[in-house]
Amino acid sequence: MAHAYTPGLKVLHHTIVKKNRRLPIKGKVTKNIGDILNPNDIVATTDLPGNVQMVKVANLLNIGPADVLDVMMVSDGDSVKKGEMIAQTEGMFGFFKSDVKSPIDGTIESISGVTGQIVMRDAPIPVEVDAYMTGVVKEIIPEEGVIVESEAAFIQGIFGIGGESRGNMEILVKDREQELTADLLNESHKGKIVVGGSFISLETYKKALSLGVAGVVIGGFNYYDLEDILGYTLGVAITGSEDLVTSLIVTEGYGNIRMGSRTYDLLKEHDGKFVSINGATQIRAGVIRPEIVIPLKDDEIPKTPIHESEEKGIGEGSLVRVIRAPYFGRMGLVKSLPSALQKMESETMVRVAEVEIDDDILIIPRSNLEMVETD
Amino acid sequence: MELKSILATDCGSTTTKAILIQKIDGEYRLTYRGEAPTTVEAPFEDVTRGVLNAVMEIEELAERKILDGDEIMSPQKNGEGVDIYISTSSAGGGLQMMVAGVVKSMSGESAERAALGAGSIVMDVMASNDGRLPHEKIKRIRDLRPDMILLSGGIDGGTVSHVVELAEILHAANPQPRLGQNYKLPVIYAGNKNAQDQIRNTLGDMVDLDITENIRPVLERENLEPSRDKIHDLFMEHVMQQAPGYKKLMSWTDAPIMPTPGAVGSLIEMIAEKEKITVVGVDIGGATTDIFSVFQGKFNRTVSANLGMSYSICNVLAEAGLDNVLRWVPFDIDRKELTNRIGNKMIRPTTVPQSLEELFLEQAIAREALRLSFIQHKEFATSLKGVQKERTISDAFDQTSSGESLVNMMDLDLLVGSGGVLSHAPRREQSARMLIDAFMPEGITQLAVDSIFMMPQLGVLANIEKEDLAEEARTAALEVFHKDCLIRLGTCIAPVGKAKDGATVLAAEFAMPDGSTIHHNLKKNELYRIEAPYEPIQAKLTPDKKMNIGAGKGEPIDTTVYGGVVGLILDGRDRPITIPNDSESRLAALKSWSEAVNEYPNTNS
Repeated sequence: MAHAYTPGLKVLHHTIVKKNRRLPIKGKVTKNIGDILNPNDIVATTDLPGNVQMVKVANLLNIGPADVLDVMMVSDGDSVKKGEMIAQTEGMFGFFKSDVKSPIDGTIESISGVTGQIVMRDAPIPVEVDAYMTGVVKEIIPEEGVIVESEAAFIQGIFGIGGESRGNMEILVKDREQELTADLLNESHKGKIVVGGSFISLETYKKALSLGVAGVVIGGFNYYDLEDILGYTLGVAITGSEDLVTSLIVTEGYGNIRMGSRTYDLLKEHDGKFVSINGATQIRAGVIRPEIVIPLKDDEIPKTPIHESEEKGIGEGSLVRVIRAPYFGRMGLVKSLPSALQKMESETMVRVAEVEIDDDILIIPRSNLEMVETD
Repeated sequence: MELKSILATDCGSTTTKAILIQKIDGEYRLTYRGEAPTTVEAPFEDVTRGVLNAVMEIEELAERKILDGDEIMSPQKNGEGVDIYISTSSAGGGLQMMVAGVVKSMSGESAERAALGAGSIVMDVMASNDGRLPHEKIKRIRDLRPDMILLSGGIDGGTVSHVVELAEILHAANPQPRLGQNYKLPVIYAGNKNAQDQIRNTLGDMVDLDITENIRPVLERENLEPSRDKIHDLFMEHVMQQAPGYKKLMSWTDAPIMPTPGAVGSLIEMIAEKEKITVVGVDIGGATTDIFSVFQGKFNRTVSANLGMSYSICNVLAEAGLDNVLRWVPFDIDRKELTNRIGNKMIRPTTVPQSLEELFLEQAIAREALRLSFIQHKEFATSLKGVQKERTISDAFDQTSSGESLVNMMDLDLLVGSGGVLSHAPRREQSARMLIDAFMPEGITQLAVDSIFMMPQLGVLANIEKEDLAEEARTAALEVFHKDCLIRLGTCIAPVGKAKDGATVLAAEFAMPDGSTIHHNLKKNELYRIEAPYEPIQAKLTPDKKMNIGAGKGEPIDTTVYGGVVGLILDGRDRPITIPNDSESRLAALKSWSEAVNEYPNTNS
């Protein structure tokens, strides 16, 4: 059977989610294999080297760079307090001495007789990594972190902003076509992950921000409204480091697009559960999609074997979503995958799929289809 | 040594492309090509898998055995195997560098030119005078995690302390390489030779320091070659060693693996030199746009890191502005609807335009991405800054100064485009129009596209240094470049100057290959196409007295021009091209230009 290889977004009822929880530099791992973790548990800690300050001792004392070594009162590696004297000239007959005081609490990193400056470092900055999701420590990465594993329902969005977040999930709309409007949000949603249907306007998202909602999961959002939230035009889809109270996960794309039924139904099935989400997106080689992880309790884990995620591509009978105009956002079943190239209205010659959408058979370029991966 | 067959691959971030070149009847021709997904990332994590898959596709098409298990058979014997195998690579994001110099516009810029010329992406240019405080620079170095750093600064015998200060900042940052935690970051020092010892003392064992000749030994001269070579060596020795499967790939190749853009650049440089022409080459990709040029014998490359047709498409919109994109769109569209559509292309980068409307939009954006990238290129491709020039009285009235752009469109002989939107446009007329509208060539300029982006492989081929192979390999590269790599679109003939609306700007007469003669009086703002093959055509071009076609205002030219799949395009539009502001006139102008070259299906009369 013919296949087309277009990666799809995952909508899985039951899978094993593994997360690498690593420090940016080496440090100490605080958990052991088999430990049960809550999302907020700290799994590894370290100290990032403090910021560096350069002090131009030669300039400050009006001496040559080579003379700096003679006037230093501290050496490499010494700890100093802010205001402590670190260099002093001899002066004349013990008078008219000039000195340099430390601008920070920190350590002396190096003293240069070439440039006449010293490098000082602030106190280290402690860094902690938490577990992100409920799960078990499956593996230890020595001095770096752990691999957390969780049996969970797992949903990927197409695009997100804001980093990791967590909270109880609440569905606020009656169906996947309903827009998430401002009147549906209130104080009780603080710290929660709220789910809407087809669209959220900028005004509603701003209300979510002001209420301290932890995350929004939605079908569509307007591209041009991102600028208002981020303060800059998003030129490339690499996100996750934005400092936002409310992470946003868009499941379908830009515009007003009803949420995919499988996505919506799965979220609805777990309404009220504690979930972990991450808006981080990277659309480049090594793609990262935003995600919603819904850890399952023992009694919720289905007996059926876990769906093995595989890049099997689109085949006849696959459920697909159209991801480009003129049929953008519509879903249907692949009827056939003719092998010959076909000419589109644009005269582009492409491989196509015949897709049944709402009782019509439409010819659509295969690369404009996205597999909806389900289990 | 005679080469009967050459296998070459280019391992890109997403696709590995293989080509087979064979000597047939005494000349080198591209015979087969194959491609397969690149396998640098999980689950394969071995680049050679993708290479083997691409080669297997060639084996099937050519019905020729090239592989023996997982080995490339070499040399060719009894019609099996190939004589040499070579490769380029941009997988894993290519070579990412940070460069540093004392003065940003002088040694900083020279360092940037060397790194770009070697085929790297320059993540940041750090300089003593870049306005950032030391701790800001340190944070930046830590955050960026480059593959390699090029440190320069100071002319030989000049200041030592500034460049040592840069080294101190580097030391304080303790930079970590991007790939792998188990090797030291390669740092090349190419600054004041009198500071070498201090640099060594400052950086010590913390990095893998390599010292080479000063990039700017005197103010008046750049010396980029040693640094470029060193970057290539270290790319092979360090960076590539960390990428999965590259050790094996390197053991297969008969010449060092080059970074893809570095190979393209060296090919363009070679062609410009061999044929004594000026060239501009552009490769517009999904994330970045590379521009290469050779003017006045000087090679320059720039990468517009965030101007591309899919991953960076929204950035084109942000940088060009919606109005500049919309001016090329031959229908009215709601602005919000348009931005959402472009946003959706960014998050689903592999889609293709199905409807004509989508094609219009995509090609409108391409024009702006190319235009902006070329502006950046012109600003960078300059004569050396900071050079003192002796001036005469007459010079004093001349506004030129050091640092002026080398790019002179009237001098440009050949403009080559590549990248999906140009190479795979449904009609070649569209590629020609995009190139003309974005680059706005002046005078007489040949246009071409690289049909399957073969220039990287030909670039490595042209760079083989083994003595017994070098000459033959270079011949092969040039022959294939002319016969199979380039699709000749034709020649753009564009007089430049000020003319009134409706005025004739050029009287042209062409002696066509079929013996006929074609006359055309080109009007201001008119676009006119003459179908003509890629054969020599005698042309007599007489510009209006206020217009210049290359020999000066009002000066006629008798010359030979070449047609191509599109033909001769006479362009009477202003430079820069002006498009009417009011919607009705704008749509009418776009329609008439499209119809003139038979650009789109629906607009044909």
